[in-house]
Amino acid sequence: MPVSDVLSEIKKDYLYNLVLKGERADGRSFEQYREISIEKNVVRKAEGSALVKLGQTQVLVGVKMQPGEPFPDTPNRGVIITNAELVPLASPTFEPGPPSEVGIELARVVDRGVRESKAVDLEALCIVPGKQVWIIFIDVHILDDCGNILDASSLGAIAALLTTRVPASKFDLGEDYSLPIKDIPIATTAIEFGDVLMFDPDVDEQSIANTRLTVITTASGNICGMQKSGKGTLKQEQIYRIVDIACEKAKEIREKFLEA
Amino acid sequence: MDETDITFFKDGFRLDGRRAEELRPVKMEVGVLARADGSCYIEMGGNKVIAAVYGPREVHPRHLQEVTRAIVRYRYNMASFSVEERKRPGPDRRSYELSKVSREALEPVILTSYFPRSVIDVFVEVLQADAGTRTAGINAAAVALADAGIPMKSMISACAAGKVDDTLVLDPMKEEDNFGQADLPIAMTPNGEITLIQMDGGLTPDELHQAVEMAMKGCRDIYEIQRKCLVEKYSQLEAPAEEVHACE
Repeated sequence: MPVSDVLSEIKKDYLYNLVLKGERADGRSFEQYREISIEKNVVRKAEGSALVKLGQTQVLVGVKMQPGEPFPDTPNRGVIITNAELVPLASPTFEPGPPSEVGIELARVVDRGVRESKAVDLEALCIVPGKQVWIIFIDVHILDDCGNILDASSLGAIAALLTTRVPASKFDLGEDYSLPIKDIPIATTAIEFGDVLMFDPDVDEQSIANTRLTVITTASGNICGMQKSGKGTLKQEQIYRIVDIACEKAKEIREKFLEA
Repeated sequence: MDETDITFFKDGFRLDGRRAEELRPVKMEVGVLARADGSCYIEMGGNKVIAAVYGPREVHPRHLQEVTRAIVRYRYNMASFSVEERKRPGPDRRSYELSKVSREALEPVILTSYFPRSVIDVFVEVLQADAGTRTAGINAAAVALADAGIPMKSMISACAAGKVDDTLVLDPMKEEDNFGQADLPIAMTPNGEITLIQMDGGLTPDELHQAVEMAMKGCRDIYEIQRKCLVEKYSQLEAPAEEVHACE
C-alpha cells in the first residue's frame, strides 16, 4: 500500500473517532464555516476581482470583459464564460497541463450558480442585437487548496462580479458603468462522513469523505443549483437537511460580506 | 431563454400527451453488442443510447491501477449527429462533467474490491438526444454492468424531474428542458440511496422536496423495467450441458 494510502487510513481513523465525540479536528461545530474574508478589486488590470480566504484556502477570481458575438439562440444577451485553473502552486496534487476533471466540474458548478440565479442582467449587456454583446470571462485561480475550493470560488466569482466595471470607454462604447447584478448566489458544500454532515470541509475531511453535496441558493431563499460529487450515497433526508442549512448559511454569508 | 410562446400544457396534458408525473415510453434491450462483456440499448422517449462494459481487465496506463480495488472509468460521448446542430466530435467540458457524475452514480454499488489492480470500463454513446441523456446513459450502463457479470450491491436507476410553467414534471422532454425553469436529475438504488443528484434552474425548498420525490418515483418505475429486461434475457438461457465429452 502506498504511503499516502496508509496515512489516509490513519487520518480517517482519527477523524472518525472525533466525529463519534461530536468534534472536528479544528474545533469547529459540524455546521460552522471557517473564517471568511473577501478582498475586492485586488487586480487593477481586471474589470473586477476578488481574493477570497476561507480559513487557509485562498482563491483569486478575476473578471475580464470584451465585446464579441452573441450565441445565435440568444442574440440579445451577453455571454458568460467561466474557467477554473487548478494551478500546481496550490496543492501537491495539482498538475500542470489541460484542465482536469475536477477543474472542469468546479468551473461548471461556479458557472451554474452565476447563470441559473440570473445574477448578471445579460439583456443589459447587448450592444447591437444579434451582432455584438459583452462577453464576461470569469476566471477562477486557486492559490491554496486547504479544502472546499468550490464554495470559495463561487463566493469569489460573485464578489468579483459585484466589483466589475464594464470597460465601455476602452472600446469606444460610451462611459464605463457597473455591471448590473440582480442576485447573489451562494454555494454551500457539505460532506457526509460516518452518518454526520459536515459543512465547509477542510482538505483532510474532504479526502476521507465519500460524498459531497453542494447547494447553491439565491437571495430569495430558492435553490438554483446542486451537485453531488464523490463515490458515496446520500439519503433523501440528508439532502433536505443540507438544503435547509445551506439556505441559512448562505443568508448569513450574503448579509455579512456581499450586501453592503 | 425564459419567455416563449410554447404552451406546455393543454387540458392537463403535456406536449407529447403525457401527464405531469408520467415517464416517456422506455424500451430496453440487454446484450446488444457481441464484443463487449456487457451491453444495453435504451430508448427513453426520443433518446437513443447504447452502453457497453469491458472488464474487469488490465489497466492501461498502468500507473492508474489501485492495489486494493478496481478503478471504474465512464465515458459519456455524444455522436455528432445526435443533436440538432452538429456537435464537434470528441469530449467537451460538459461530457467530462457528465462522465464524472455518472461514474460516481454507479461506483457506490460496484464491488470494486473484488478486482484489485484492474479496471471496469463503461462506454456510453448517445446516438440520438432528446433531454435526459445522462439518466438514460446511467440506466443503460447499470444494466450493461449486470450483463457483464460485474458484482454489484444493487441496481442503479436514474430519472429527472423538471419544472415548466410553474408545474413540476417527471422526465422532461427537449422542449421542457430547453424552455423549462428547472432540471433535477437523480440516480438511486431501489432502496432510495441517492448516488447522483444535480440541479439547475430555480426551485423553492418545497418544490425541491416534491421534485426529489417525483424523480425518485420515476427511478422506481425504471428499476422495474431494468429488472424485467435482465430477467427476460437470462431466464431464456439454457444451462450448459452437464456432461462434457473429452476429445480422444
